[in-house]
Amino acid sequence: MKTNENPYIPYNATVEDTWFETGGERAIKTFKVVFDDEEVRKNWSHRPGQCAMIGVLGIGESMISISCSPTEGDFLRFSVMRMGKVTQALHQLETGDKMTVRGPYGNSFPLEEWEGKQILTIGGGIGQAPMRPIVEYVKANYDNYAGLTMIYGARTSGDLCFKNEFEDMAKDKELSCHLTIDIEEEQWDHNVGFVPQVLLDLNPSPENTIAITCGPPIMIRFVLENLKKLGFEDDQIYTTLENRMKCGIGKCGRCNAGGMYVCKDGPVFDYATLKAIPEAFA
Amino acid sequence: MSAMLLNKEKWPDFVGRLTGKKLWAPQAGGDGMRFAPVAEGEVPALDYGNTRVPPKQAVFPQTETLFRFQVDGEKVEEPKLEEEAVLLGVRPCDARAMVIVDKLFSWDEDDPYYLKRRELVTLVGLACTEPGLNCFCTSVGGGPASTEGLDLVMIDLGENYLLEAITEKGQALLAETEDLLEEAKDDVAEQKEKIINESEQKIKRSVNTEDIPGGLPGLWEDPLWQRVSASCLGCGTCTFLCPTCHCFDIQDETEGFDSRRCRSWDSCMFAEYTLHTSGHNPRPSRRERTRNRINHKYNYYVDKFDVIACVGCGRCINLCPVNIDIVDILKQVEEAL
Repeated sequence: MKTNENPYIPYNATVEDTWFETGGERAIKTFKVVFDDEEVRKNWSHRPGQCAMIGVLGIGESMISISCSPTEGDFLRFSVMRMGKVTQALHQLETGDKMTVRGPYGNSFPLEEWEGKQILTIGGGIGQAPMRPIVEYVKANYDNYAGLTMIYGARTSGDLCFKNEFEDMAKDKELSCHLTIDIEEEQWDHNVGFVPQVLLDLNPSPENTIAITCGPPIMIRFVLENLKKLGFEDDQIYTTLENRMKCGIGKCGRCNAGGMYVCKDGPVFDYATLKAIPEAFA
Repeated sequence: MSAMLLNKEKWPDFVGRLTGKKLWAPQAGGDGMRFAPVAEGEVPALDYGNTRVPPKQAVFPQTETLFRFQVDGEKVEEPKLEEEAVLLGVRPCDARAMVIVDKLFSWDEDDPYYLKRRELVTLVGLACTEPGLNCFCTSVGGGPASTEGLDLVMIDLGENYLLEAITEKGQALLAETEDLLEEAKDDVAEQKEKIINESEQKIKRSVNTEDIPGGLPGLWEDPLWQRVSASCLGCGTCTFLCPTCHCFDIQDETEGFDSRRCRSWDSCMFAEYTLHTSGHNPRPSRRERTRNRINHKYNYYVDKFDVIACVGCGRCINLCPVNIDIVDILKQVEEAL
């Protein structure tokens, strides 16, 4: 398949590598995929925050966050939680297997606009997937930013994604990395406590800082509350929305939150915009 | 040549000329009048109110194949859309609806299936002389003889149809059938105006929609949404039969080794429409779904495309099994403002 004019036709891609981030019933598996067609590979460009429709022919498609930054190379990464029919089929894919990809969809984090600022990402559970491309993008462009702080938490250490990257992150002197789990565990030498509390304890200055958060709705609610306590203005706070989607191009109708299509007008919204959307927190 | 007369006796000949194209016309069958392909040699009658099912299915089929593929295959095959079609007897509201839906399907990224079908279709309209009980087109920017979206409009003058070409496609149709037509006489304009005026007078339902788009955001938490949705069964009839409803689902179907990805009409009145895999539903009850339906048509669509996504055809009122009435809802909105 070449780059096609029909937006409903997906590209073929091959799983180059895959591994489990977490286990259990709702396991999360990461796929590193490469487009089969060289021209597609060459023409594809995405930005942190964007999503793609990935799927298996005969089963269907799901909208998934692209969890890598374009600065990492000519491949895509998706971290998929096993939830329904499509994600179950995706989880059966191994290295060398095929999946379909179309996109990229949606707006993105305005990382150029944020140049010169402190970047603070606050993620919870699978919500770290859209945070990771920001972290990777800033890491590749440290000179353009005033600093990078990452807060990431999950229920248990086993529920944290991207664990294989934590060791390198700890060595990165420019990155201030704060991991947390809800309940104390043996051999865990990071924070213990909920993400919003870790944020409060860290007490980051809102001055010249952009805070981006993604995670379970309850976490987002308290993170927003605490960011306000810390003195962050609405236009310094960003988050991403998700809704059920089918087309990805603003036609099928279902992903709207108020008058905004999450697939086109989102998924990235600043808090000032979000507050004006009636269904944003529904 | 823009206004011509066609004697009704020549109607079968006129229809007979439209060969080589797929012909759609209102036909009785099943549970009511609907647009369906006309069998060869058949002459559709136009003496009906509006069809129960809108003609949108000719450009946006209830289920359509996006592409075919083989299980475990990598190649996909797109359907070829190349058959020209003529829709006979399209009511002005339904033609306007297509113009309204065009905006969505060409917004930012083109929908190739819908737009290709639109390009291949010629709309021959029939002005309404006997509006239905729940017609309210004049409240939402339309009218019984609106020509918006039509290529050719027919007006019933009794013995004759008055045929007026609106577009080049309509002109071409008149040219092809020239020998069946007569030049309209000077008094025809007056006659036409009288018929249209009378028809407008027959429209009994109306609501002032002027302040509704601007007022809806302020009524988000108003108790009216609970009230107007309390009896809703969530059957989806209002949306399936709506000429401007365009929402769809995408599913894969497999039979043996042959598979297809298809899309089908979907409805925002169904719980599954927005249900997340996690079980969370951002629109958990009929209150939120009804509020979304009205806001989508009278607020969000106006914001995005500067037009109300309702043409006042009255189908959702006529066919709601529990008598939910959009004009009544709009009036309650108006009162709450």
